[in-house]
Amino acid sequence: MHAATLPDARGYFGPYGGRFVPETLMPALEELTAAYRAAREDETFREELNYYLRHYVGRPSPLYFAARLSETLGGARIYLKREDLNHTGAHKINNTIGQILLARRMGKTRVIAETGAGQHGVATATAAALFGLECAVYMGEEDIRRQALNVFRMRLLGATVVPVAAGQKTLKDAMNEAIRDWVTNVRTTYYLIGSVAGPHPYPAMVRDFQSVIGHEARQQILEQAGRLPDCIIACVGGGSNAMGIFYPFLDEDVALVGVEAGGTGTAPGEHAATLNYGLPGVLHGSYSYLLQDEDGQVLPVHSVAAGLDYPGVGPEHSLLRDTGRVRYTTASDREALAAFELLCRTEGIMPALESAHALAEAVRLAPTMGRDRIILVNLSGRGDKDVHTVAAHLGVQL
Amino acid sequence: MNRLATCLNDLASRGEKGLIAYLMAGDPSPDATPLLVEAVARAGADIVELGIPFSDPLADGPVIQAAGQRALRSGTTMAGVLSLAARIREKIPVPLVFMTYYNPILRYGPERFVADAARAGADGLIVPDLPVEEAGSLRDLADAAGLALVPLVAPTTPDERIGTIAACARGFIYCVSLTGVTGVRDRLPPEVAEFTARVRRHARLPIALGFGISKPEHVAAVAPLVDAVVVGSALVRMVGENAKEPEILADRLAAFVRALKEPLRNEAGAKP
Repeated sequence: MHAATLPDARGYFGPYGGRFVPETLMPALEELTAAYRAAREDETFREELNYYLRHYVGRPSPLYFAARLSETLGGARIYLKREDLNHTGAHKINNTIGQILLARRMGKTRVIAETGAGQHGVATATAAALFGLECAVYMGEEDIRRQALNVFRMRLLGATVVPVAAGQKTLKDAMNEAIRDWVTNVRTTYYLIGSVAGPHPYPAMVRDFQSVIGHEARQQILEQAGRLPDCIIACVGGGSNAMGIFYPFLDEDVALVGVEAGGTGTAPGEHAATLNYGLPGVLHGSYSYLLQDEDGQVLPVHSVAAGLDYPGVGPEHSLLRDTGRVRYTTASDREALAAFELLCRTEGIMPALESAHALAEAVRLAPTMGRDRIILVNLSGRGDKDVHTVAAHLGVQL
Repeated sequence: MNRLATCLNDLASRGEKGLIAYLMAGDPSPDATPLLVEAVARAGADIVELGIPFSDPLADGPVIQAAGQRALRSGTTMAGVLSLAARIREKIPVPLVFMTYYNPILRYGPERFVADAARAGADGLIVPDLPVEEAGSLRDLADAAGLALVPLVAPTTPDERIGTIAACARGFIYCVSLTGVTGVRDRLPPEVAEFTARVRRHARLPIALGFGISKPEHVAAVAPLVDAVVVGSALVRMVGENAKEPEILADRLAAFVRALKEPLRNEAGAKP
């Protein structure tokens, strides 16, 4: 059973986690850990956070019984946790509001972030605008190309989007550059990491801010179905929406499934399925599963979903993989695109391509389960940002 | 005592300061590396720091990032760098320090890595993403192999923490001159004197200063503060600019190293 007290004082989830960063950042991580611990215990902070989650983000997000989808698949009843209905269109804002309140408490005047699909970048730019903080978002040039809408949204919100031309020009490279900025400007700058990755305390802190998803879902499913679900499914890139919905269910008798990006195949460079095909290593400040070659060089990754296009994964997921508490599987680009179209047509909901990976697993599982069974899918974001990508895959010129 | 500390202490006893020259192994090609190391050592580098390329070098600026990419493209591997070190060691006695990130070491196997590095003739190891809290097991292995795990301290490191780091330092203590990544800078931060004095109060080993130091004037300015000065990006940039002409490159590097070493030769910090 997974101890709810993890990580330990050094930021470890079993053998995973820790702090593998340049010395320059170590005092800042100590300061952040202490500030976060104090904020958690502070009633005023919790009230402030809850105020913004309710009145600004729009929480609680609905839990919606997808009747036509369930009927079409002909098996388990599928419920969707509608994180796509949050302000800014994804679960990312749960974390950015929490961390921006913390940054203000710490007296920081500037925030930086990395982004892949742009959802975390938009959520950070939004929170920074809300509180009048300077904001810079690092984004790979490839992601800037395929997520032009989110780039423009960030700029409208007053953020500077810094293009990153290194490596594969995607999320990993953006995070490298954000860390380099933080090393340089650590005295004034708060680094707002968007996933349950990075050095301690980020994996635990981001999980805690995102676990509002699971806490709400638990209460909602009890109200609507009178019992806990049989299975919960979420997509996993770095893994923040998955940790957020899984965490309050870790000690329950509920099957948990994480879905990684299967891309176009199983060879290196064709997928981003870290927990399925990686080996433990160190990237971006923590020890966790990593897609790497035999010499320890980080491998290129691919996914149709920019938010999953990452060769690492949060350290707590690595432990959950090893203990078997969570089953990690993959969905291919094609399966995700099919699930995207299916949800559009059966429910009138356009999911983010990231979330469509979780749906793809539900599409496979539901028909194998009885109609009295319940699947809960974390619909982590909406798909407006992906319309151009989907059109290209369907051969449609917009 | 480890050869690194011995080297710097010997220089100090002669009123000299050390020059530590950084080069990326395999940049621009594996075969060029022994020639370039020999050139900088003969020109006056007292210690050579040899980078082992990693795909995601968090502590490095654009110049060394590009060098790492050139090295990886030229087919440089961990095993390849170890055999280059052995080739260098056969020709010249200059102390060698490997500088790489933790993941390539983990993948190679830490125990196997320190053994093979020591066997190849390396004297020390710098791992910029391995802070003191995480370094214990690698330090124990390095100690057993006779390899010095050189720690870094930063301007943001509080006094008490400097003490902790100094207490488990080996070889020398690497002071990072500024908050930032490696790279050529026009000027060094004014706080560097206060910072190095703070480190000195805790240090039982020689202290070196690096990051941003890129011209003889910088070297002259900081020489009185420390036992050794590290120059990296300025040399690596020269490699990048002259990659097509290895013969000329070695001569240019040697001339630059002579100019960098000059302010360190006389009484500490005195003008040449």
